[in-house]
Amino acid sequence: MKKAIISVVGQDTVGIIARVCTYLASRQINVRDISQTIIDGYFNMMMIVDVSDIDDEFNDIVQDLDAIGTEIGVKIRCQREEIFTKMHRL
Amino acid sequence: MPNIMEVHETNKMIEQEKLDVRTITMGISLLDCISDNLQTVCDNVYKKIVSYAKDLVVTGENIEKEFGIPIVNKRITVTPIALVGASACKTTDDFVQIAKALDKAAREVGVDLIGGYTALVSKSMTQADELLIRSLPQALSQTQIVCSSVNVGSTKTGIDMDAVRLLGTVIKDIAQETKDNDSYGCVKFVAFCNAPDDNPFMAGGFHGVSEGDAVIHVGISGPGVVSRALDEAQGKDFEFLCETIKRTAFKITRVGQLVAQEAAQRLGVPFGIIDLSLAPTPAVGDSVGEVLEKIGLAQVGAPGTTAALALLNDQVKKGGIMASSYVGGLSGAFIPVSEDSNMIAAAASGCLTIEKLEAMTCVCSVGLDMIAIPGETTAETIAGIIADESAIGMINQKTTAVRIIPVVGKTVGQMANFGGLMGYAPIIPVNHTDCSAFVNRKGRIPAPVHSFKN
Repeated sequence: MKKAIISVVGQDTVGIIARVCTYLASRQINVRDISQTIIDGYFNMMMIVDVSDIDDEFNDIVQDLDAIGTEIGVKIRCQREEIFTKMHRL
Repeated sequence: MPNIMEVHETNKMIEQEKLDVRTITMGISLLDCISDNLQTVCDNVYKKIVSYAKDLVVTGENIEKEFGIPIVNKRITVTPIALVGASACKTTDDFVQIAKALDKAAREVGVDLIGGYTALVSKSMTQADELLIRSLPQALSQTQIVCSSVNVGSTKTGIDMDAVRLLGTVIKDIAQETKDNDSYGCVKFVAFCNAPDDNPFMAGGFHGVSEGDAVIHVGISGPGVVSRALDEAQGKDFEFLCETIKRTAFKITRVGQLVAQEAAQRLGVPFGIIDLSLAPTPAVGDSVGEVLEKIGLAQVGAPGTTAALALLNDQVKKGGIMASSYVGGLSGAFIPVSEDSNMIAAAASGCLTIEKLEAMTCVCSVGLDMIAIPGETTAETIAGIIADESAIGMINQKTTAVRIIPVVGKTVGQMANFGGLMGYAPIIPVNHTDCSAFVNRKGRIPAPVHSFKN
């Protein structure tokens, strides 16, 4: 299974998770795990999603989520999981 | 699975601390492009580069988007052109034609730079080597993104002083040919001792003859990340300091390894090496000078600078070697003056002199880099500087290099502006005491005694 990490950073506001999940549902992307916390006073949310079937459209999803983030005033990034596992795991 | 703190740390490195992959560099062998007909060589070179590298830029951009890591440059290195053109080129103009073919091919595929307009003359020059060197003023002023290097010495062979002397004159001529642009042509040329075959960084990158048909090397940077990590090490002992640098270098290199493997797989080209070099940019907070200052110097250039740089360079290598089995190139810390905001400030204040920089090159990963000197500096003095730097490399069995810019029409205290990643530099004084009787001796400096290891 290919996984990606969606991270949201910014001021907490109503409906962030709903908005992201609605988009993911529309693209048939399954959410495997979700967690959130406050770091340095900012809302941080992380989702692990299954992107096994969306190779060709990955860049579109990155751009769409970035645009949704801009719209609701937070930074949303979607990155392949390996950049984190390679950096932090032996 | 990564946790939220790890995701936060990685993205903070990228967004706030300027972690980037400095370059994906495709090395391409041009040995099969050789012909005794110049037009055929130029056509072969152009076709092979365009055919092999046509997807390099788009592949780099896709990796950039998918992993969320900036990839600043996409580059190409090729077989030293003095070898490729030896059969066909009878004049300096002939070599310039090949330089133009490289430039055209590189711009066609959209890369930022192409390196390998190179001659390897560590023992002595062939006729073709000498023609290529003499063609440099035209080649570098009539092309846009071609980079050049000449290896003038090695621990195994000694130093070719005939080439060193010639380069003194040629560097002056390059400066003159590009005088309207602060002698920018010199930014694209570097003289080496012990040049590596697999360096992805410019201006000194070329695809050595020990390499295969094509290869992907990745150069990764991140002085900003090391600098921020060192905020935790203020007032702590050397063990803590070294652990912090090593741990950070490890993490950075792992990202490079990932990008290199992805690029190699997608392009169908073998992975070569990761070059983990702390390569500064003129942006504030992306400075090796700042790292040295955080180690404990009021300003880079102060007593202690060489020791701090030795420590930094060594810990970067140790962290990098743990992270990838194929660490190569120049890996370590670069000290290019014009590309580093804190070094620019130190050079402008007089704290950082060319003599201190020379001492620092004994322990950094390369050499005297991006240093603007007065335009009136003589060819013999430039040759003397190259000879000194080469001697450091030869005796210490390390790569050293000289990329200096004698800025025509400018003198000490004025500023030279090279633009973009190349930055800007105050022109610093050099010692003008005559060394012409030394550099005008013919022949070569013999290989040192510790080269006899057979």
